[in-house]
Amino acid sequence: MNALAARRRHPAAIALLLLVGLLVTGAAYAALAPKQASAATATADQVEHGKKLFLANCASCHGIGAVGTDEGPALPGVGAASVDFQMGTGRMPMTAPGVQVGTKKVKFSQDEIAAVAAYIASLAPGPAIPDGEFTDGSKGDPAKGGELFRVNCAMCHNAVGSGGALTRGKYAPSLRHVDGKYIYEAMVTGPQSMPVFNDTNITPDSKRDIVAYLHAIDKSENPGGLTLGSLGPVPEGLFAWVFGLGIMVGFAVWLGSKSA
Amino acid sequence: MSTPHPGSPAARLRDHDVTPQPAVSPAARSVGGVAGWLDDRTGAAKGVGYLMKKVFPDHWSFMLGEVAMYSMIVCLLTGTFLTFWFVPSAGQVVYDGSYIPLKGVTMSEAYRSTLDISFDIRGGLIIRQIHHWAALMFIVALSTHMLRVFFTGAFRKPREINWVIGCILSMLAIVEGFAGYSLPDDLLSGTGLRAAEGFMQSAPVIGSYLSYLVFDGPFPGEAIIPRLYAVHVLLLPAILVGLFTVHIVMVAVQKHTQFPGPGRTNDNVVGYPVMPVYAAKAGGFFFIVFGVIAMISAVVGINPIWAYGPYDPSPVTAGSQPDWYMGFADGALRLLPGWLEFETFGFTWSLNVAIGALLLIPVMYTLMALYPFLERWVTGDQREHHLLDRPRNAPTRTGLGVAALVFYGILMFAAGNDIMAIKLGLSINDITHLFRTLIFVGPPIAFWVTKRICLSLQRRDRDMVLHGRETGHIIRTADGQFFERHEPLDPFTRWELVQHEQFQPLQLGPATDDHGVASPNARTDRLRARLSSFYFSDRVEPVTPAELEAAHHDGHRAEAIEAPEGEAHGELEASERH
Ligand code: HEC
Ligand code: HEC
Ligand code: HEM
Repeated sequence: MNALAARRRHPAAIALLLLVGLLVTGAAYAALAPKQASAATATADQVEHGKKLFLANCASCHGIGAVGTDEGPALPGVGAASVDFQMGTGRMPMTAPGVQVGTKKVKFSQDEIAAVAAYIASLAPGPAIPDGEFTDGSKGDPAKGGELFRVNCAMCHNAVGSGGALTRGKYAPSLRHVDGKYIYEAMVTGPQSMPVFNDTNITPDSKRDIVAYLHAIDKSENPGGLTLGSLGPVPEGLFAWVFGLGIMVGFAVWLGSKSA
Repeated sequence: MSTPHPGSPAARLRDHDVTPQPAVSPAARSVGGVAGWLDDRTGAAKGVGYLMKKVFPDHWSFMLGEVAMYSMIVCLLTGTFLTFWFVPSAGQVVYDGSYIPLKGVTMSEAYRSTLDISFDIRGGLIIRQIHHWAALMFIVALSTHMLRVFFTGAFRKPREINWVIGCILSMLAIVEGFAGYSLPDDLLSGTGLRAAEGFMQSAPVIGSYLSYLVFDGPFPGEAIIPRLYAVHVLLLPAILVGLFTVHIVMVAVQKHTQFPGPGRTNDNVVGYPVMPVYAAKAGGFFFIVFGVIAMISAVVGINPIWAYGPYDPSPVTAGSQPDWYMGFADGALRLLPGWLEFETFGFTWSLNVAIGALLLIPVMYTLMALYPFLERWVTGDQREHHLLDRPRNAPTRTGLGVAALVFYGILMFAAGNDIMAIKLGLSINDITHLFRTLIFVGPPIAFWVTKRICLSLQRRDRDMVLHGRETGHIIRTADGQFFERHEPLDPFTRWELVQHEQFQPLQLGPATDDHGVASPNARTDRLRARLSSFYFSDRVEPVTPAELEAAHHDGHRAEAIEAPEGEAHGELEASERH
């Protein structure tokens, strides 16, 4: 104790104090800001493991240190959420180039994905993997979510999320049976042609409402009967021509061939 | 009656005969009584008797018009049911019905009442779906009915007026459908109205005034839904039913056309009298049509307005399309290039919209309505026609029809370009470019191909008549020649293949008369002659009795397999061999 007290005016003390202060604030921030938790709690081991996985699977396109190459963009700053979304939905690692990266079977375990996410997050801060609190549709309000969805998303994804075409072969995919986490991450990271919806555009609570809306549609049975793909009047017209007219003509031929 | 009684043996033979009795069931007697009572007061029996004795020929394609008629009746019945609950008002309310995903959302009364019809009124949803499916089937059936009339030449004198009425009916039907589609005030119907507003505004000069007039102020306003409602449930149905009645009465008065066949001439109609056979069939057919529509409506959902959400001018959804019958106009808009919008004299000319939205429908329907008159002018044929053409026997007309159909079809498919893009994994830009090209090259190719197919079918008919059906039986004669035996057609089948006539291109009269004075009609005559040769310079004459005679004389037995001329030159062979 005395020894400490004796050195309290040591020139290094102020620096040490600052360091302790920073650590405490950092730890407190980490504890109190759960959304950034995964980035902040990533262990050095995890980051190291992620780096290895990245070098083996991703660096060919994204470059060593994820600085970007002609084949793929630089990744520092995209955040853990982007990696989790891209790898978790089977978009990355990309296999075949095309107008739009499609989804494939997910090849990595959740631990491996978390490791790569931690590695990318360690390069520069970015949107973190969202807290389960905000991705659980059952806690949201589907009616409010529906309104938000129609205003912000329906022009690309269709009013019930059946998907829609964009220019030059790009498309907004169907949102049937997408995990709440990925819906949330898609909004915060804006993959490819999709815009970013940050927390000032759509608050985390409202994002949860959107998840609730999409999940409500997944669960609902269409009260009207078969939906014909929920793609609006085009399949309905096709149905009228092919089946409606077909059946009517069938009956007409039958009646015509029945003589008195 | 059973007691034997004396008499001549001949009379006794009739002993057990039952004397024919008039219908005696009490029900029949009371019907007769009521009918008599009515007839005494209205004299209806004469007219009804006339209609009942009408004869209606049997062919499935003659029933397409009936499908249209019955679907319209289904629309009228179910539409009346819907009016009991539908509230045509744009007043804003907060939804509190049983569809949870919209609870608490602000919406118009029109939308809320449609939700209520769908979820809270017993049987409401099925009636809504029947109404909408019947509307789609109405226009599908009506369109195919029109095609039947066109391709068989049933529009020719004396039925031109009915053709024109049909065109008006068809146009009003699509407007009626559009008005109905816009009533529920969901996101799609609102988007449709927004588009309609844009169409009106694209009218040069008067556009914005027009739109303000129709919407009673800026879009969307409160007026449009009640106005459309009046149009949809009152104005257009009244006109439709009125015109339709005229249409049917004209069919009865002019009698139905029939396909050529043995015993069928321009002066008779072969078929069953309306009463009882035809009426029973037709009555049954109504229930079949109603039943099929009801079955489809019970199984397949249509226009799930709850999924689209209430209308609000800011959002719009991917996959916003009108019902199929408006698709061609939407497609035209999708194909028209943006550079057709330009500015001169401080005005913006939105021709990229105006051509598709304002010109297309009137131009299309005018051409359609005028076609019979054009054809009559070209052929110079003033006679009445009650026998139909087989489409192959009018190759140019059939070709023109198919070309028009292809034009229409391309526009219609263009309206689904986004759906095609996602379902087929194609680029929407490529699809649009493809359609833009096809709209110019498709119809001429379709015309040419169809006409060629018709001409070759006619040639095949000639061959059949002259040489009979190939049996595939090979016969070897004593001197080693091989023949394929051809079976001559029976006279009934043959009649169908030879009964038609073929027009000759009109000959151009001299442009000047004997005194060297230019004929005042020279210019129109030239045009007419040119059109006539466009129609008829390529033609295959039907077999004449003389040709047939010659062919038969040539040998009933067979056709030499190694005949130097190919089968296709039947007419040459027939006259030149020996
Ligand atoms: C064949 C080349 C290729 C490979 C391998 C590849 N990527 Fe990508 N990656 C791309 C391209 C191209 C893009 C840009 C298109 C896009 O946004 O999807 C991209 C985008 C991304 C993004 C989104 C960036 C943003 O702006 O949000 C992330 C995250 C990502 N990759 C992570 C990875 C990870 C992690 C791996 C390894 C598991 C990987 N990629 C493997 C080519 C590749
Ligand atoms: C400009 C058009 C556009 C808008 C607006 C848009 N998205 Fe997207 N969205 C896309 C595209 C394009 C993709 C595909 C991205 C990819 O494959 O990398 C996508 C992908 C997604 C995915 C991933 C689906 C999957 O297959 O896993 C989700 C979830 C999503 N969007 C949700 C939303 C939500 C929620 C909104 C509204 C807040 C929205 N999007 C708004 C274009 C859009
Ligand atoms: C004859 C041809 C008719 C056609 C083609 C037609 C077509 C349509 C269509 C497409 C809709 C939208 C339905 C939906 O999906 O919600 C509609 C709605 C409606 N129609 Fe008709 N209709 C016809 C006749 C009538 C008649 C005669 C009436 C009334 C007497 C009527 C009353 C209504 C009402 C009240 C609605 C709005 C309610 C709703 O949308 O559920 N319709 N109509």
